[in-house]
Amino acid sequence: MKIVVCIKQVPERDARLRIAPDGRSVDSAGAATEINESDQYALEAGLRLAEGVGGEVVALLLGPDGAEEAIRRALAMGATRAIHLNDAAFQEGDASANARALAAAAGAESPDLILTGLQSDDAGWSQTGVLLAERLGWPSATLIMEIEPPADGRIKVKRELESGWFQWITLPLPAVLTIQSGIYPVRYATLKGIMGAKKKEMKKMAPADLGLDPGQVGAAGRRVEVRRLYVPEKSAEAEILQGDAATAAATLVDRLQKEAKVL
Amino acid sequence: MAGAIWAVTQLEQGEPKGVSYETIAAGQKLAAALGKPLESVVLGAGARTAAAKVAARKVERVRVVDDPKLDPYTPDPYTAALRLAVEAETPDYVLFPHTYQVRDWVPRLAAALDAGFVSDVIDVRADGGEPVFVRQPFQGKLNADCVFAGAGPRLVSFQAGAFLADDAQKGESPAEIVDQAIDLSGVEVRTQVLDTFQEVENKVDLSRADVIVAVGRGIGKQENLGLVEELAAALGGQLAASRPVCDNEWLPMDRQIGSSGQTVAPRLYLAVGISGAIQHLVGMKNSGTIVAINKDANAPIFSVADYGIVGDLFEVVPALTAKVKETRGV
Ligand SMILES: Cc1cc2nc3c(=O)[nH]c(=O)nc-3n(C[C@H](O)[C@H](O)[C@H](O)COP(=O)(O)OP(=O)(O)OC[C@H]3O[C@@H](n4cnc5c(N)ncnc54)[C@H](O)[C@@H]3O)c2cc1C
Repeated sequence: MKIVVCIKQVPERDARLRIAPDGRSVDSAGAATEINESDQYALEAGLRLAEGVGGEVVALLLGPDGAEEAIRRALAMGATRAIHLNDAAFQEGDASANARALAAAAGAESPDLILTGLQSDDAGWSQTGVLLAERLGWPSATLIMEIEPPADGRIKVKRELESGWFQWITLPLPAVLTIQSGIYPVRYATLKGIMGAKKKEMKKMAPADLGLDPGQVGAAGRRVEVRRLYVPEKSAEAEILQGDAATAAATLVDRLQKEAKVL
Repeated sequence: MAGAIWAVTQLEQGEPKGVSYETIAAGQKLAAALGKPLESVVLGAGARTAAAKVAARKVERVRVVDDPKLDPYTPDPYTAALRLAVEAETPDYVLFPHTYQVRDWVPRLAAALDAGFVSDVIDVRADGGEPVFVRQPFQGKLNADCVFAGAGPRLVSFQAGAFLADDAQKGESPAEIVDQAIDLSGVEVRTQVLDTFQEVENKVDLSRADVIVAVGRGIGKQENLGLVEELAAALGGQLAASRPVCDNEWLPMDRQIGSSGQTVAPRLYLAVGISGAIQHLVGMKNSGTIVAINKDANAPIFSVADYGIVGDLFEVVPALTAKVKETRGV
C-alpha cells in the first residue's frame, strides 16, 4: 500500500509570534518550529497502516528551505522518502493554491491513500485535505479517529462528529482522509531513525515539475488574501491579579469568597 | 438570484441546527453592508418542512434543496447539490456555519466551483464597500483581516458563537419558499455510512459538577497531574482537561471539555495551563466564574476569564491549594 502524508511546518506551540514588517505575516526568522500537531498524528496513522499491511509512506511538504527540518523529522519517524515543494512561486499561497500544488504532487505518485491533518495550527483553514480530494476527484472523509486495513478496494474509518458522536463509514480507494489529533499515540524518532533519515531521498520540486504554471500557485494562484495580521483587542478583559504566586493566590481566594461568592 | 447572499441552513434530525440562525444573523449584517438581498438555502433530508421555520426570519426567500441522495449526509451528493444550485442561480456569497459537517464537504464545493473559501470567520465588516472577513489564525492568538481575490462565488463559514441566533431578525411576513430543482441522478454516492453512535456513556458526568479544575498541556507531563488533583480536592471539585491531555492519554477521554468533549457550566471553572482555543471555550464559556492560570499574558483564555493569574502554574497552583485549604479548613 502506498500512502502519501501531507505535513506542514508551523511555529512551535509556545513560540512568541512576531508580526513581520509587511503586517500580513508572522516573522519566522529564527523561530522554533514543529510538524503541525494533527499532521504528526496523520504520519503516525500512515506509518501504522503501512507497517500493518506492507507498503511505504511518502511525506509531502510545501514550504521554504527551513521546512527541511520538518521533513527530516518525518523521515526519522519512519517515512520512506519525501517530496518538498519548494520554490519562490509557492510563497504566500492560500489553502486553494497550496492544495492545487499538493494535489498535483500527490496524484503523480498514484498512491492508494492520502492523509493530512485536519487543520493547521497556524493558518487553521481546515480545508487542504478536502480541497485536494476534490481536485483529484477522489472521495474524502474528515476528522478520522480510527482506520481499519483496507479490504476489497474500500477502507473503513471512524469519523468524529460533534458532542461525543462518532460514525463508521467506508469509502473506495484511492481516497483522502484528514486525521484528528489523538488517533494513536505518536511515536518518537529513535536515534537509529534519525541517523537513517540522512540517507533517505528528499526530492525538491517546483511548479514546472508538477505541470503547473507559476501563476496557479502561491500568491498568484490564491483566492483569499490576508490583508492584515494583528494582536486582537480583548473583548472582556479578566482582572489580572498581581504579585508573587502567594499574593496572587491569596487575592484570588479573597475575590472568590467575597466578590464572586463561589467559595 | 444573481448577486444574492445565501445563508445555508444545516439540518439535524430534520430541524435547522441552531448555528444556522447565527449564519442568518451574519448574512443579515453582510447584506446590509453590501446592499444585497439575503436568501436562505435549506439543504438536506426534510428541508421542505424545516424551510417554514427559516422563512420566519428576515430573508428574501428560502430555497429548498432536497433529494433522497442527501439522506444520510455524505460529502459527494451535498457537494453536487449545492454546486448545481450555485451554478444555476449565481449568488455572490454563500455562507455556512463552521460545523464539522461543513468542514467535511464545503472545501470540496470550493474546489469544484474554483471559489475562494474563508473559513471559521468571527466578524465581517465593509471597508469602503469591500467586505473584510476577520478570522483567528494561530489558535486564536492573532487576528487576520481577509479579503477575496479574483472572480467567482465566495464561500464563508462562521465560527459558532461569533454571531447570536437571537440577532437573526424576524421578517414582517414569512418569506417565500421555493423548490430549487436539482438533478442528482448522475451523482455517485461513494461514501457508505455504516453506523452513527455515541461512545459508551461517560463514566463521569461533569455537567453536574459545581466546581471544575481543568488542566491543559501546560502541565507538561502526566506525572505532574498530582498538583491539580490536589487543588481540585481542596476545592471539592472535579478534575477535567483540554483535548491534548486526553489525546496523550494522561487523563481518560471522559474528562475532556470542549466541542468534542463535554459541555459544562459549573459555578466555578479554573483553567490551568489551557490556552483557550475556541474548541475548548465552547465547552465551558457559560460557567459562572472563570479563573485562568497561564504564563502567557496574551493567551485567549484570559478573554473569557473573570480573574486571571499570569504566572508559572508550578508556583501558582501549590500556593493556591495551600490558601484554599487554609480558608476552607480542609
Ligand atoms: C475539530 C476540533 C475539535 C477539537 N475539540 C477539542 C475539545 O473538545 N476540547 C479541547 O480542549 N480542545 C479541542 N480541540 C483542540 C484545540 O483546538 C486546542 O488545540 C486545545 O484546546 C489546546 O489545548 P491546551 O490549551 O491544553 O494546549 P495549548 O494550546 O498548547 O496551551 C497550553 C497553555 O499552557 C500554558 N503554559 C505552558 N506552560 C505553563 C506553565 N508552566 N505555567 C502556566 N501556563 C503554562 C501556555 O502558555 C499555553 O497557553 C479541537 C480541535 C479541533 C480542530
